[in-house]
Amino acid sequence: MTQPREYQTAGIIIRKTRLGEADRILTIYTPELGKFDAVAKGVRRPKSKMAGHLELLTYSQITLSRRRGLDIITGCQTIEGFLPLKNDLWLMSYGLYITELVNQFTAIEVPDEDLFRLTLTTLQQLSQSDSRDLLLRYFELHLLQASGYRPQLRECVACHKPLQPVNNSFSASSGGILCPACAGKQPFAHPITVNAIKVLRFIQDNPLDAVVRLKIDKMLARDLEAVTRGYLKYLLEREVKSAAWLDDLREQMQGMKPGQKTEQPAAKAIPEQNPEEV
Amino acid sequence: MAQQNNITAADAIGRLTQELNKLPGIGPKSAQRLAYYLLRAPQEQAEKLAAAILSLKLEIKLCSCCCNVTDTDPCPLCRNEARDKTKVCVVEQPQDILAIEHTGVYKGLYHVLHGAISPTEGIGVNDVRIRELTARLTDGTVKEVILATNTNLEGEQTALYLNHMLTPLGIKVTRLARGLPFGTELEYADDATLTRALEGRTEL
Repeated sequence: MTQPREYQTAGIIIRKTRLGEADRILTIYTPELGKFDAVAKGVRRPKSKMAGHLELLTYSQITLSRRRGLDIITGCQTIEGFLPLKNDLWLMSYGLYITELVNQFTAIEVPDEDLFRLTLTTLQQLSQSDSRDLLLRYFELHLLQASGYRPQLRECVACHKPLQPVNNSFSASSGGILCPACAGKQPFAHPITVNAIKVLRFIQDNPLDAVVRLKIDKMLARDLEAVTRGYLKYLLEREVKSAAWLDDLREQMQGMKPGQKTEQPAAKAIPEQNPEEV
Repeated sequence: MAQQNNITAADAIGRLTQELNKLPGIGPKSAQRLAYYLLRAPQEQAEKLAAAILSLKLEIKLCSCCCNVTDTDPCPLCRNEARDKTKVCVVEQPQDILAIEHTGVYKGLYHVLHGAISPTEGIGVNDVRIRELTARLTDGTVKEVILATNTNLEGEQTALYLNHMLTPLGIKVTRLARGLPFGTELEYADDATLTRALEGRTEL
């Protein structure tokens, strides 16, 4: 009946809060135990052996000791530190956005291996991929799917008729696309272009490596972002704090940062392999 | 069983205990011990303590230049003519200044942000004193900004952000070296620290 006092797991640190003088409470996201809180003793002291292995955006092997309240971390070793993310203002902000969403959308101690793998891959790909916008949309849509909120993009969510290639609307409260006739009855529906629907469907149905090969222009990228962000915000019933930061950052850096991903001004939104017809 | 406060201490002691209990790192028992200690201590000592606490709240303000806590404005560091006015060292907390001053190596000025950017906590650019810093840098006296924010994620984020903001102004932006702390063992070092320690290695 008794569980061993010590146990090991590997997980990503997705949140940290201060505790006492030199300790922290960490939220760790693992494939086999789900998300849980644990105490890291002394990690705010400069000579802490564990601090570097228990920073946000770090995938670590962690040894814990069971306690009556929160378990205590007794040892740790970095598996992947995502160093490129920690050296770039944008990548770090995107990384924090991803971990914040994971934290918001998961419940305590509910393991979901697929979602874990999605999170890990997204963090790994962030520093390698040129199409970060698509990567983030991929993450968001698949996170929604894993949490049971997969948006309906095939038919009108109200009348269930197939969608026509006209300007439809996205309704966060209904969880999908509304045709023009039904959108009139929904006050908060967000207009969505035919291209945007196509890209969202493509992201929903295809593996990541196909998705990041898409070429989309800046306008479309912002459209997609507005749709998924709006939906996420509706579901969470609160602002995603790191998303607000990303917006701030974009506003302030406008015209200041030449190195920021420059989407090719490709006019064609969908590559050949996309078979869909609206 | 463990019924508390069967016998309640006298009101004044209880109140003091409660207030002391609110201080960081002081639990109910320590608070009680301090309260009883003060009760027995000479009148003068208690008065000095009370006066010190009061003057802390009444006299301490932020330096209009560097945002450090001070009782005179500008603060002694900013007023000191001997200090190098072309260098500004940016730190998160006033305590960080004490740590750097303790080394006696740095002779420039400081700027205290009073926090670090933390997107997930909702702490943005306007919640720390970055605007005060950029305002200070407009007149061209400052040639170098040394970023001495903490080496955790928030500190790094803040440093990266400041770098983006300040480099276009034509100011040299430097970051404190990050590497192995003195007195540690290599095998416990994490990847980030070791990588940077290797990158920043120096010839003996």
